[in-house]
Amino acid sequence: MRRFSGFAVAREAMRAHKGWGRQWDSPEPRSSYDVIIVGAGGHGLATAYYLAKEHGITNVAVLEKGWLGGGNTGRNTTIIRSNYLYDESAGLYDHAVKLWEGLSQDLNYNVMYSPRGVMMLAHNVHDEQVLKRHIHANRLNGVDNEWLTPEQAGEYCPPLNISKGARYPVTGAALQRRGGTARHDAVAWGYARAASARGVHVIENCAVTGIRRSGNGQVTGVETTRGFIGAKKVGVVAAGHTSVLMEMADVRMPLESFPLQALVSEPVKPCFPCVVMSNSVHAYISQSDKGELVIGAGTDQYTSYSQTGGLHILKDTLEAICEMFPVFTRMKMLRSWGGIVDVTPDRSPIIARTPVPGLYVNCGWGTGGFKATPGSGHVFAHTIANDNPHPINEGFTLERFTTGRLIDEAAAAAVAH
Amino acid sequence: MTASTATQPNRVDGAGRLTPANPVRFSFDGDTYHGLAGDTLASALLANDIHLVGRSFKYHRPRGILTAGPEEPNALVGIARGAARRQPNVRATVQEIHDGLDATSQNRWPSLTADVGEVNDWMSPVFAAGFYYKTFMWPKKAWDTVYEPIIRRAAGLGVAPDQPDPDRYAARYAHCDVLVCGGGAAGLSAALAAAESGASVIVCDERAAPGGALAFETDARIDGQDGHRWATETAAKLAAMDNVRVLPRTTAFGYYAQNFVALAERLTDHLDEPAPSMARERLWQVRAKRVVIATGAIERHMVFANNDRPGIMLASAARHYLNHYGVLIGRTVGVYTANDSAYAAAFDLKRAGADIAVIADIRDTVDPALLEEAGRLGIRVLTHHAVVAAGGKLRVSSIVVRPCRGGSRQVIPVDALIMSAGWTPSVHLFSQSRGKLRFDEDGRRFLPGEYAQDCASAGACNGAANLAATVEEGLAAGEAAAKAARPKATAKPLSIKAESGGSWDGLMLGAGPNPEAGKVVKAFVDFQNDVTEKDIRLAVREGFHSIEHVKRFTTNGMATDQGKLSNMHGLAIAAEALDRPIPEVGLTTFRAPYTPVTFGTIVGHGRGALFDPTRRTPMHESHERAGAVFEDVGQWKRPWYYPRAGEDMAAAVNRECVTVRKSVGMFDASTLGKIEVVGPDAAAFLHLIYTNPFMKLGVGRLRYGIMCREDGFIYDDGVVGRIAEDRFHVTTTTGGAPRVLNHMEDYLQTEFPEMKVWLTSTSEQWAVIALQGPKAAEVLAPFVGGLDLSKEALPFMSVAEGTFAGVPMRLFRMSFAGEDGFEINVPGDYGRAAWDALHDKVAEAGGCAYGTETMHVLRAEKGYIIVGQDTDGTVTPHDAGLSWAVGKAKDDFVGIRGLKRPDLAGGGRRQLVGLRSKDGSTVLDEGAQIVADPNQPPPMDMIGWVSSSYWSDNCGGPIAMALVEGGFDRMGETLYVPMPDGVVEVEVRDTNFWNPDAESDNG
Repeated sequence: MRRFSGFAVAREAMRAHKGWGRQWDSPEPRSSYDVIIVGAGGHGLATAYYLAKEHGITNVAVLEKGWLGGGNTGRNTTIIRSNYLYDESAGLYDHAVKLWEGLSQDLNYNVMYSPRGVMMLAHNVHDEQVLKRHIHANRLNGVDNEWLTPEQAGEYCPPLNISKGARYPVTGAALQRRGGTARHDAVAWGYARAASARGVHVIENCAVTGIRRSGNGQVTGVETTRGFIGAKKVGVVAAGHTSVLMEMADVRMPLESFPLQALVSEPVKPCFPCVVMSNSVHAYISQSDKGELVIGAGTDQYTSYSQTGGLHILKDTLEAICEMFPVFTRMKMLRSWGGIVDVTPDRSPIIARTPVPGLYVNCGWGTGGFKATPGSGHVFAHTIANDNPHPINEGFTLERFTTGRLIDEAAAAAVAH
Repeated sequence: MTASTATQPNRVDGAGRLTPANPVRFSFDGDTYHGLAGDTLASALLANDIHLVGRSFKYHRPRGILTAGPEEPNALVGIARGAARRQPNVRATVQEIHDGLDATSQNRWPSLTADVGEVNDWMSPVFAAGFYYKTFMWPKKAWDTVYEPIIRRAAGLGVAPDQPDPDRYAARYAHCDVLVCGGGAAGLSAALAAAESGASVIVCDERAAPGGALAFETDARIDGQDGHRWATETAAKLAAMDNVRVLPRTTAFGYYAQNFVALAERLTDHLDEPAPSMARERLWQVRAKRVVIATGAIERHMVFANNDRPGIMLASAARHYLNHYGVLIGRTVGVYTANDSAYAAAFDLKRAGADIAVIADIRDTVDPALLEEAGRLGIRVLTHHAVVAAGGKLRVSSIVVRPCRGGSRQVIPVDALIMSAGWTPSVHLFSQSRGKLRFDEDGRRFLPGEYAQDCASAGACNGAANLAATVEEGLAAGEAAAKAARPKATAKPLSIKAESGGSWDGLMLGAGPNPEAGKVVKAFVDFQNDVTEKDIRLAVREGFHSIEHVKRFTTNGMATDQGKLSNMHGLAIAAEALDRPIPEVGLTTFRAPYTPVTFGTIVGHGRGALFDPTRRTPMHESHERAGAVFEDVGQWKRPWYYPRAGEDMAAAVNRECVTVRKSVGMFDASTLGKIEVVGPDAAAFLHLIYTNPFMKLGVGRLRYGIMCREDGFIYDDGVVGRIAEDRFHVTTTTGGAPRVLNHMEDYLQTEFPEMKVWLTSTSEQWAVIALQGPKAAEVLAPFVGGLDLSKEALPFMSVAEGTFAGVPMRLFRMSFAGEDGFEINVPGDYGRAAWDALHDKVAEAGGCAYGTETMHVLRAEKGYIIVGQDTDGTVTPHDAGLSWAVGKAKDDFVGIRGLKRPDLAGGGRRQLVGLRSKDGSTVLDEGAQIVADPNQPPPMDMIGWVSSSYWSDNCGGPIAMALVEGGFDRMGETLYVPMPDGVVEVEVRDTNFWNPDAESDNG
């Protein structure tokens, strides 16, 4: 792998950048691998990278139906935070934040992790109770999160309307300063490049059409649009389409898939310094380095695999944005899009073994998976390599929906992820 | 003051259609200029010989006006109408001028001509596509403290508004038989055909005047007259028809499911002084039976070195400026083309007095008729020649022309260059409708293929070859759409003859022939985002082989014009570099909106008070008059507490709490959800929905019920009264009202469809007053008719119908405060009168009104839960100490299986207990976490949390409820609540804080 650096860029500038090679190889699939990862989104690519880096397992293929990073990795609003309520979640997401902090250097790829602060707004007594419960729990878990008065919130984010006359006035906010954003495409590309450099095969345009098992049920490989590829271990990391893939091995997943929309504004000079989320008024917003306001909307009410959604959802979202930031009504929506999110009954992910020997699954990230990408890949790689979960993902089992040992962030928090 | 060609050097006498020539004064970068009414800002600037209008995004290159329409990537300016009406990134080619228009160039400092940001252009060899992914990684902390702030300041274009928007925005919903998107030759033909067939028609066009390309195609003749005049007259004729609505300045920007199309209409930005009552923009949400897409085509630029210099523009744009606005864009004009239509532009410019320095055509053979006409006009044509570079910086000054396969260079001085690489059909809306595009090999373009919705494309967006075909397709599409929308109507087939001398043949995709390749030059593919041909090739070289990757890596097509000019060039260059056919490389997805849409337009009225409905109870005005402080609970405004002179919240709440227990208090409980459950199976249905048994609840009796979801966790609670054998009055929590009704309907329709039960929301039909305290019966008695209030006749937890001051009433004898009490339900319209009448008596008895805070304290004194506060979706009825409410003999209810799951049935669950601060004074923080060992380092082992906590004067100290692991077995234990400023010691106890010894018959 050609090392990226300011020096290398300057050197290449002298010769019209002719010296750069492929960032990741595009090999023909081998007949078999030690591990196959299905899905080349951020989580899948990170899993492959950590399998190679942490566990020395380099005979790995990541199979992707389309182009890598083209699912929710390339469609989300890139918010990173770890101020979750439950120990399991705080452990998982904070593990991710710690990896984010050094990820550009680790991958030698600038993923632009920008800890500019994530502020979650309270608009009523119930919001305050919920956010303060988080702050207390985060403090005892060693996760930063602090309470701001409306005035402090307004200082931290000047466009925020803290007027008492608002329909739902801001009554306070919880701020996680280590929270922020990162460049989503760079995360996928950086992991693909770093994994590829360690020998991992990233194979695009290769859809999995079946999961083959031996007589005793053990996974033996996958059928694909490019033929059968053998592997004793298969990890499915396919977000909204996980249920469809797991059906191929007769595993029924407790998942529902919904379209989730987002939009960006035209680019403008810096006017929005942090990330703001509101559950009651329901929208979240930040400004990209390019200058676009990046705005997340809600999910449609009905399940669907269509990567689009209705205008009324965007309308609701922009109403919320203009309610919180009245200075933005003259801004313009440049582009809107949708993605399919897979949602579990407790709104927490599944990172686990399955009843099928050799088959592992990492899914159920709902609307908030991007922030976990490094942590998720890291512990999933551990799970696959050892056929046993990492202590951090021990609770994120598939069985918890049978036993009832849920990690119910949504119910407990009533906060959008 | 008069406008003359003297003050507008490029205005040509006798050219264009801006008659009468009414002068309009405007300013650009602080200097005052004149244009004419009807000008766009771009045409007015060009009339004043101003080409330099802005700076590009990344390299801060000087940029001019490239187009004459909404596809403009370069000429973006800030427009201000006072300090509060600032609008960044306005396309000068779309903005109409008006008196006093105030425009400012963007992305430059200190000035447009001398921009410090230009250093980026000198550094451009370093700033290749995606360079930022490869650097700025050292030192680690420097990204967000040093590099990112610099990059952020350099990026962005205009400056965001920083004041609240004084304008308002309107919204309309519309249905029609036929929606026609586009008012050019095809769209007007379609609208006319559909309208003449009797269909209701909406036709919209993004420009101020109809006609599309007819604005510049002076050789077009339709129906025996000049094309543009035909368009104007046809639009007027349509507008006069009852069944037609013509919407100018209206962009169809999004095509959604089931022929739902969103339009943005611009109403005031072009006016001198809009009336204050006027909305600035209007959103149309149109549901059309049929849609005709007539969105035309967009000319492409040629890709060559320095093709971005001001003074270089699309051939059709130059023609547009001349033929419509009467503006000649230069005196010595070069032409670079791969397409016939640029010839017509050259001829028009020549006839208007410009010197055409050369026509460089990359094609070997050109239509002899065009060459002949060029010869007649004395224009030199160099076929098989390419412009390989442009000279000049703030304005093009020369072009370098070479034979395509190499040869001697000619440097030709020019002050403008017009270019055409052919036309890209505007398939955006078709593609948004989820239709599948097909690649037309001959025309090297994507055209509508398989349709997904009830729509049809007509004209240039459908690949029509010429004007005759365009009009014919339009007529056919309009007629077919009308017939499909109204099968019974008789179609009136129209035939309109159309002809045009113009040909649009010939094209070039990707970079032009460049025998000077290898030099450090920039040939722009995407102007605004500064994406060059080399950037696209670099992306491919680095392994970005999907067109989506190429787009994201280079940002090609991601600027405010969304790739209207650049996408096909970028695709062709990527395909060539990949050595794969274009259709195999594929297109990026077309995403709504077609052109950027103002947030305010989408939001419309949904701001401030109308952001979300404000729900007030019928008694609201009485609360206001009593000086209540209100609390937002969902959409409701609820009285929080009623402070008296000198009282703060704590004092008011303490007084209210004590008063209720001493004498009597009244509380507005109207926000509670109410559902009338009726039918022969009503009891059986509730028996399944609630954990409690309901089959044997007697008529006239009440029961507190708990509702779970399948997961076995508490979902809602409330009191249910049996009004008759087959009729129940169900109450829910305030927040739970809509979702509980949905939940019940869901089960009724999907799980228990055989049950004969009807559900009706009656939340707003009943106004509810909770009357609580020892004197409750005494105060109530004088109002009640038809009922005996004695405890024998109306015992605790019973319901009866009677009258309150002559008004029908359902009276519940119950309490959420642990007192003798009633919930008085009267029809909503009588709520206020009942409240006021009762309030007088309550006051006489020494009582008072109390708000939600007191209600919360009183119920906590009795250990009653609030769903959503003491439960959070992880709490079972058993955890909440409500096992008594789970029918032990029941073999089925919603949640019964969930409750049997090992983790719900096993030990170690968090259970609801009471807490007493050992210091007797500390009111715990709600949400505070509880530990058994306060001395452990983080992460600490948290065993519970405080769900409710209050100061209680009645109990003489702080009270709290908490969910604690194994809490029921910890009675008397000391636990710890670590706070930032110290640890609070608490003792675990039961939750019944008030009157714990004497078991109240009201509990």
